[in-house]
Amino acid sequence: MSADYDRSPRWLSAYAVLVFAFLYLPIVVLIIYSFNGAGVGGFPPRDLTFGWYRQLFQDDAIWSSVLNSVIVALAAVGIALTLGIPAALALDRADFPGKALFRRLVLLPLVLPGIITGLSLLMLFRETGVKLSLATVILGHGTALIAVATTEVFAGLQKLQRSQEEASLDLGATHWQTFWRITLPNLRLSIIGAALLIFTLSMDEIAVSFFLIGRDNTLPLEIWGRLRRGITPEINAVSTIIFIFSLLMIVIWYKLRTRAETDLFQI
Amino acid sequence: MKHRMLCAEATDQPPQMFSRAYKSAVTVPPLLWVGIFLLLPYLLMLAYSFWSVSASQSIVHSWDFGNYSQLLTRDVYRQTLLRSAWIAARVTLFSLLLGYPLAYLLSFHAARKKSLLYQLVIIPLWVSYLVRAYAWKTILGTDGVLNTSLQYLHLTSHPLQFLLYSPFAVVLTLTHIYTPFTFLPVYAALEHIPRNLIEASHDLGASRLQTFRRVILPLSIPGVLAGATFAFVLSFGDFLAPLLLGGPSGIMISNIVVSLFGAAYNWPLGASLSFCMLALVLGLLWLSERLEKRWAFR
Repeated sequence: MSADYDRSPRWLSAYAVLVFAFLYLPIVVLIIYSFNGAGVGGFPPRDLTFGWYRQLFQDDAIWSSVLNSVIVALAAVGIALTLGIPAALALDRADFPGKALFRRLVLLPLVLPGIITGLSLLMLFRETGVKLSLATVILGHGTALIAVATTEVFAGLQKLQRSQEEASLDLGATHWQTFWRITLPNLRLSIIGAALLIFTLSMDEIAVSFFLIGRDNTLPLEIWGRLRRGITPEINAVSTIIFIFSLLMIVIWYKLRTRAETDLFQI
Repeated sequence: MKHRMLCAEATDQPPQMFSRAYKSAVTVPPLLWVGIFLLLPYLLMLAYSFWSVSASQSIVHSWDFGNYSQLLTRDVYRQTLLRSAWIAARVTLFSLLLGYPLAYLLSFHAARKKSLLYQLVIIPLWVSYLVRAYAWKTILGTDGVLNTSLQYLHLTSHPLQFLLYSPFAVVLTLTHIYTPFTFLPVYAALEHIPRNLIEASHDLGASRLQTFRRVILPLSIPGVLAGATFAFVLSFGDFLAPLLLGGPSGIMISNIVVSLFGAAYNWPLGASLSFCMLALVLGLLWLSERLEKRWAFR
């Protein structure tokens, strides 16, 4: 390709800068106003303060909702992986009647508005007399996020060399041993990636939780409840902390990915 | 991650190395779970949509089309459905207008900055949906960041009222949320275009615009379709952005469903409305899959 072709057209670069500005404007505003003593809004920001963070650290309702969210997210990771890994193996290796329907059903919650997943489960719990609580939220998140575990692990399986598993089976290992000693370790990066993704998505999930929550709020629902009453920079503060936490997770994930690629070259 | 679901087809014929027991062990548990927690609830939603509510507010298991005929005859449902579709269509269009050029720039002109820029597009996805909607609310409000900056700069004397609590605010916020999602499949499609096709087009004397129109654009259609379907379906079913930023003129179909399941307490009617949404979404997914296959690069 000629050098001229490779150079990006100037208007396109300018346009891209504008798009990035649009994508980052709310995030920047969010962070700046978490330090704004005069509250949310008002330009220019004034009275820079850590007061909202101090107030946040004394706010028990927020922290108990964070704890609830972490419990839900960890349990959702557990459910989604326990079912998503076999589901990926089934899609990759088994033939059974209704396989096409099964694949579509597993993946459906990803492309379905959360309200449909939430409401359909709400009706199931009502008809079976299950009381709403964190457990019902966990079931909802776990079920919806099996899709993420399945797609990530399925993608990992496509890159997996079958010869190792074959060798293990030929040498007399059982399927069970082969699964634990060969298949699972080889899939570890897909599994960790899926776990991080499921954890983050669950921490942020609100549409499904909205319908399945009992008395104890998750963090997004706690924030939602406060937004209905009015806005305070405390919400900016907690959002900023979560944003930084999420950034750390991305960095970890990205590092894992690059290490996976270098691993590949060493083989 | 979401664009990957469409390529999850079985690759080669199943090998014989896995025993029957192994296959059942990996198949039965997820099959049962999906049956109980996904298929059964959808069927239950369908069943509910034929039931009704008695005067004493208990569910009557009578099977008729009463709910559906209400949906067809009462204007509010049709109008809200149309408004939701119109909002979702605008979100889809704007997300593509923002996401496509970005994907094009990254794929063809970013050189070594590619992975950094890619990360920059993805990062907003990791900021909570609710938090971003809330941030827009603080920007667009009467005493919000935008209005006070405009007044500070003496560009306006009164706060602009149309910014918040309007369909405009909903479209803006949802566009912000779904632009990275439309970017992803478009970018994946552009990355899959064999570079020698573009070189060939260039060598044969096509201008950059001609190469784009005749080679790149047609080959990126599957990605565009995947991204557009995604943005349309998810913004169509959204109920939080309208509640937070929409005001009375920005009410969407899911808001009606929420109120039917909540204050109005008419679950069967709510179920029939959400089943219509489900059917519409499934229809769109089917259509987009058909179209993608037709445009797929062979």
